Amino acid sequence: MDVELMTKVAPFFIEAAIVTVQLSILSIALGLVMGALSAAGRLSSVLLFRMIATAYVSVFRGTPALIQLFLLYFGGPQVGINLDPFAAGAIGLGINIGAYMSETMRGAIVAINRGQAEAARTLGLSRFQAFYKVVLPQAARLMIRPLGVNINAQIKATALVSAISVVELTYTAQRYIGSTYRPFEMFALAGILYMIIIYIAGRGVTYLDKKAVIQ
Amino acid sequence: MGLDFSVVPEFSDFILIGALYTFGITLAGAFLSFFGGIAFSVIMLYGHWSIRYPIRFFSWLFMGTPLLLQLFLIYFGLVQIGIDIPAVVAGIIGLGLHFAVYNSDIIQAGILAVDKGQHEGARTLGMSRLQTFRYVIIPQAVRDVVPPIGNNMIALLKDSALVSVIGVTELVHASQLAISETFRPFEFYITAAVLYYAINLIMETGLRRVERKIEASR
Repeated sequence: MDVELMTKVAPFFIEAAIVTVQLSILSIALGLVMGALSAAGRLSSVLLFRMIATAYVSVFRGTPALIQLFLLYFGGPQVGINLDPFAAGAIGLGINIGAYMSETMRGAIVAINRGQAEAARTLGLSRFQAFYKVVLPQAARLMIRPLGVNINAQIKATALVSAISVVELTYTAQRYIGSTYRPFEMFALAGILYMIIIYIAGRGVTYLDKKAVIQ
Repeated sequence: MGLDFSVVPEFSDFILIGALYTFGITLAGAFLSFFGGIAFSVIMLYGHWSIRYPIRFFSWLFMGTPLLLQLFLIYFGLVQIGIDIPAVVAGIIGLGLHFAVYNSDIIQAGILAVDKGQHEGARTLGMSRLQTFRYVIIPQAVRDVVPPIGNNMIALLKDSALVSVIGVTELVHASQLAISETFRPFEFYITAAVLYYAINLIMETGLRRVERKIEASR
């Protein structure tokens, strides 16, 4: 272990880690929106919405995220979509994780006993009110933990955007492995930073989960 | 620039060989991750602490960092310590170990979920510890364990795309080579996506069948 080398390159890794955090936050935010929309679509009574949402979830869960990123970033310009690497990375990852989050959210909503919605309707609530005021608050609590798993996976998946040359943590590690031939040291640095990010995100999820249970 | 899929058939042999590589890497990785997962879980549940703790540390490391980074470490790291292995082998080892860690968690949970009374009952009936494990615990644990492990194998198929980055000519890399000759990324990445989706559908259908059989046997 060459600690001196590690301290010398550490500032570059920390800068790169900030990019990884930005990518994670943006793609998770987009993923939550896409997930919620497509979960709503899959539970909709309109056949067209159901079909679109089902196709979205199936296709984006059924193909590698790397291919989706390449298609968006390299193939995009052919169909008039010109994005810089960071934007393509955040959007591509967000749409990808949205498909997984959709399943998580749908699972939580379906897990709420039907009787709850039926009772709310009997009490005179509209369909929308029954969902929004009775089913969703209960389902939201069930969602927090599995969404935390999605978020954990997503932070690690941001490494993929190194392949479309976004200068984040893995790209930086790769570049320094190339120039220093010290893979273990560079892996250790990048690994520690990933674990710190994941640990903090995990604590956040646990905090939300505890708070939801107390309510 | 419009889309022109007519350039794809010219490279169909090339792409199909890439798809075969993807399939082979997935199969080999799945095999390694399955048996690695069993080995890790047995060590974690029954092993001596001197071997349990290194495995736990290893799991923690592999769960907390991206697979892509692990592939770089294995491929370039082994070269650093003087072991020169082909990229394809490094890719299979990386995928296999990464998913072995996840499979190990599932298998441990499956074994622990079998009621303690089952174990005690079998021992009372005169079975040895090994017999208890083989004839009582395993058959019950398998039912809980197979569906999530199957899902991991499907995830492994998709993550096998990552080994293109260390230079293995599987489906993604084969597409990239075709693109570098034709400058038509959209057409070739769509083709690759369709092939992945097809393999994925086959695996999913297979898994659903196995799941149904397991449900029926409960």
